Amino acid sequence: MKSFEYARPASLDEAFALLSENWGETEIMAGGTDLVTAMKQYVTEPNRVVSLRGVAPLRAINATDAAIEIGAMATLREVLRHDAVKAQFPAVVTAIQGIASPQMLSRGTIGGELCQRPRCWYFRTGHGLFAKENGEALVPAGDSRYHAIFGNQGEAHFVSPSSLGPVLVALGATLRIQKGADSRDVPADAFFQTPATEKDRETVLKPNEILTAIVLPVSGAKNATYEVRHRHGLDWPYTTASVSFVLDGGKAKNVRIALGHVAPTPWVAKEAQAALEGQEVTEATAAAAGAAAVAGATPFDKNGYKLQLVKTAVKRALLAATA
Amino acid sequence: MATPQWPKMEKRALLGKRISRLDGPVKATGQAKYAYDMNRPGMLYARCCFAPYGAMKINGIDASAAEKAPGVRAVLVEQNMIGDEVRYVGQILATVAADTEEQAHEALRLIKVDFERLDMVLDDMNPANATGKPSGKEEGTVDDAMAAAKVVSEGEYGIPVITHCCLEAHGQVSEFKDGEMTFWPSTQSVSAYAEGMDQSIEVEQSKIHVDCQYMGGGFGSKFSHDQWGVIGALLSKQTGRPVKLMLERDQELMVAGNRPSAFGKVRVAVSPEGKMTAIDADVWGTGGNGGYRMPPVPYVFEGIPNVRNKGQGIKTNRGSQRAWRAPSHPQGCFITMAAVEDAAAAAGIDALEFFKNNLDLTSRPEVYAEQLDIAAELIGYKTKAHLRGQGEGPVRRGIGISIHTWGGMGHPSNCDAIINPDGSVEIRLGTQDLGSGTRTVVGIVAAETYGLPLEAITVSMGNNKYPFSSASGGSTTVGGVSSSTRIACTNALNALLEVVAPRLGVAPEALEVAGGKIFESAKPGNSIAWKDACGLMGPNPITKQGANEQKASQDLKLIDAGVGGVQMADVSVDIETGVVTLNEMVAVQDCGLIVDLKTAESQVYGGLIMGITYALYEEALYNHKTGRMLNGDLEFYRLAGLKDIGQLKVHMMTTEKYDSRGVIGLGEPPVISPGAAISNAVANAAGVRVPHLPLTPERVIVALQKGGILV
Repeated sequence: MKSFEYARPASLDEAFALLSENWGETEIMAGGTDLVTAMKQYVTEPNRVVSLRGVAPLRAINATDAAIEIGAMATLREVLRHDAVKAQFPAVVTAIQGIASPQMLSRGTIGGELCQRPRCWYFRTGHGLFAKENGEALVPAGDSRYHAIFGNQGEAHFVSPSSLGPVLVALGATLRIQKGADSRDVPADAFFQTPATEKDRETVLKPNEILTAIVLPVSGAKNATYEVRHRHGLDWPYTTASVSFVLDGGKAKNVRIALGHVAPTPWVAKEAQAALEGQEVTEATAAAAGAAAVAGATPFDKNGYKLQLVKTAVKRALLAATA
Repeated sequence: MATPQWPKMEKRALLGKRISRLDGPVKATGQAKYAYDMNRPGMLYARCCFAPYGAMKINGIDASAAEKAPGVRAVLVEQNMIGDEVRYVGQILATVAADTEEQAHEALRLIKVDFERLDMVLDDMNPANATGKPSGKEEGTVDDAMAAAKVVSEGEYGIPVITHCCLEAHGQVSEFKDGEMTFWPSTQSVSAYAEGMDQSIEVEQSKIHVDCQYMGGGFGSKFSHDQWGVIGALLSKQTGRPVKLMLERDQELMVAGNRPSAFGKVRVAVSPEGKMTAIDADVWGTGGNGGYRMPPVPYVFEGIPNVRNKGQGIKTNRGSQRAWRAPSHPQGCFITMAAVEDAAAAAGIDALEFFKNNLDLTSRPEVYAEQLDIAAELIGYKTKAHLRGQGEGPVRRGIGISIHTWGGMGHPSNCDAIINPDGSVEIRLGTQDLGSGTRTVVGIVAAETYGLPLEAITVSMGNNKYPFSSASGGSTTVGGVSSSTRIACTNALNALLEVVAPRLGVAPEALEVAGGKIFESAKPGNSIAWKDACGLMGPNPITKQGANEQKASQDLKLIDAGVGGVQMADVSVDIETGVVTLNEMVAVQDCGLIVDLKTAESQVYGGLIMGITYALYEEALYNHKTGRMLNGDLEFYRLAGLKDIGQLKVHMMTTEKYDSRGVIGLGEPPVISPGAAISNAVANAAGVRVPHLPLTPERVIVALQKGGILV
């Protein structure tokens, strides 16, 4: 890893003063579980690392009847153990449990989880975010087994690595972004973006902006996450589905279904949402929603199997939410 | 007089009991120092610049900027690579030694390599890439037997290149001081580590010292001092400072050895009586840049009357293969046992019945029959078994069987047994403990021979100043060291009995030892405590040698070779996700006389876990454009953890007929069958063969779709 300057500001104001306007010059460190690896891999070579661990308020979790506001620096374990989260959001609990490593849960933060860089093995071995060798894209003819099946027709072929991103999209969460005295709230599905160039990032955050909080609206909606992963212990998901809906007279309303690890961003399964809207949730309607969820998929040579995983994950998440 | 033969079963105090390993506490508490833990005063850290492409012509290497980088003390450029061709990613081009690891890393990036790319071959699944000389044989009349068969089953099978994945990477600390070189390596071969090195580092053999007390895994990949051993020594000589050179994980996975792949198309003929009458196998695979040896197909069922097989290697631009725990056996076993199970399924015969009905085609039918019955009982075969594909619902359960064999003859080993006048005893031998319990085994054999508690024995090993013992590989260590230790201790004891006999008023032949005493066999009350007996020796210790010479030791029934083992796996297959869950695995294993039942069982547990890992997870994947490993990490190069292995049951064969053969090695056997047993269980559950390991969700789904089970 390249030598760097390490700063540990005690307040947000101090932190903003330390951040550059340009990507690559400074990096924000939350738990560091991804950043340190990325620096060792020379995926990023900042001159300065700004740790937010000294900014105490960012770690708070505040619950009201209307919403739970989770500070971006709350650890995954703190979120997992929070009574209001456990009571309202099984979709969040399952997703965090899926992260499975005690070290990651203790050290990793919810903000860091959302801002981690893709695990694409070409990206991590020096081929850039768009996975190229001498200008030629590696994924289509290469080993695409863990790459995108949706939203992959541009240059980005990686999948969003976040386990919580799809959950927040399905739950209609809001992400609070601050820059100096200015603050803006961004809906979870607008927080993630497919980068237009190699230099862009996978979220709308600017280099000198800080994700400060995640706001989960408490609506009483049924929700669940289903994750398919290879290992039973610590592993990345192959595919996840997070769902949320309100049961109104036994019928599902306001259905939201978001998929993880299948696209460069959390992927909203619009066709699946439409298929279930207004229906009772049964084995048959859940399976139909699962089948609808693969609409528009454009798998590469080696990841067509993910269609089956999407169908199953959506079906099982919907059934879990009703259970 | 004591004799070297093993005591009768009923007379043993320690042999065969469940005894905890001597080094357990120091390992569990972190006090055990591995090569990686050796930190010498003024030590430098070395890092290697590796070739980034699988095929390159090197025109020049310019390290001038690296030499001037902060903290850099020396740069060693591999001059012989200039003008030469790189054949796989990771070949060493230069090495930097610096004050810190980070400085060494940074300096590596300043090394400029002038090169041209060359064409590469990476694909080992396509038999058309084979260029090696075919090997194989034809016995009997295969075509006639196929024509006459009731059923001919046909299948394609594959087991990919995997790596050794030693948790402790390869490497060493080297220190050149006062004309002498000391190495603290991670090695499977302490006594022979420095062999052939004296020329390259220009230090006389007698001035090279090697010490390796603890090891974090070798599995066949750590026999040599390797190129980095020489480089570390040269850098230490050049700088006058100790140098630590350990491979990093990606390098470890790419250059420190791997297990060759094997792919096969196999046909098996089954007679109306359910007997296998012919096998026709076409096998290929790659040993990377190294050679390729055809795995044995048919494996164990060598008595199939009509056999045609052909094997051919594919030279690829990947790191070279090295011996991987039970070389060629897991591959031969997987291809054969999967084909056998497919034949049973094609004939509509229960797999266990089919295996038993064909045991006369193996060289130890009685052993396998007994073991199959024990395994079936342990896994609950009768209540759980079904014919292939009879499962229902989204999660389907199945059982799979495999059988295996191994040699395990004790290797050449020498031992010094020392009895001191104060009653203390020491055993010295230049062997190594790879984590398998060698130190404990040596202690148990000595304690048993002297009639002393295990704590009374000092085991000195892991250093090349002690008597020569061979490298640890091929399950040869336990036989070698237990035999040499037994003989040396018997010789030392007899010398002591000569001293003690006059005091007890009998001939030495009338004496024996047990419970810390030397006593008259016919009149146990006529005795002397061990310590008092040693006090009679005078000022000089007794030092006696013992050597394991294979033929002589085998004649004494101290050691033997040739074992059988049976494994069964119980799995669940989620046919909607392709995820395989291992519920339970049973291993029944013979290894002759067992010195320590606990460490023996541990070996089998370890073998099972390693086997489960390659059955379900492991596969080296390569970038098709560069030849670099895509999963040169422990993130996408997956290893099984506790949640992945299910319940493991181990049964060791300990009855007289096994015990009386003497000690036989156990390192390799338990790792041979898991791939086959688990693949067979998945086929039994899912109703379709998943042709290639590892059994990943993507492979299972594709097989289910092809088989029409998933639409």
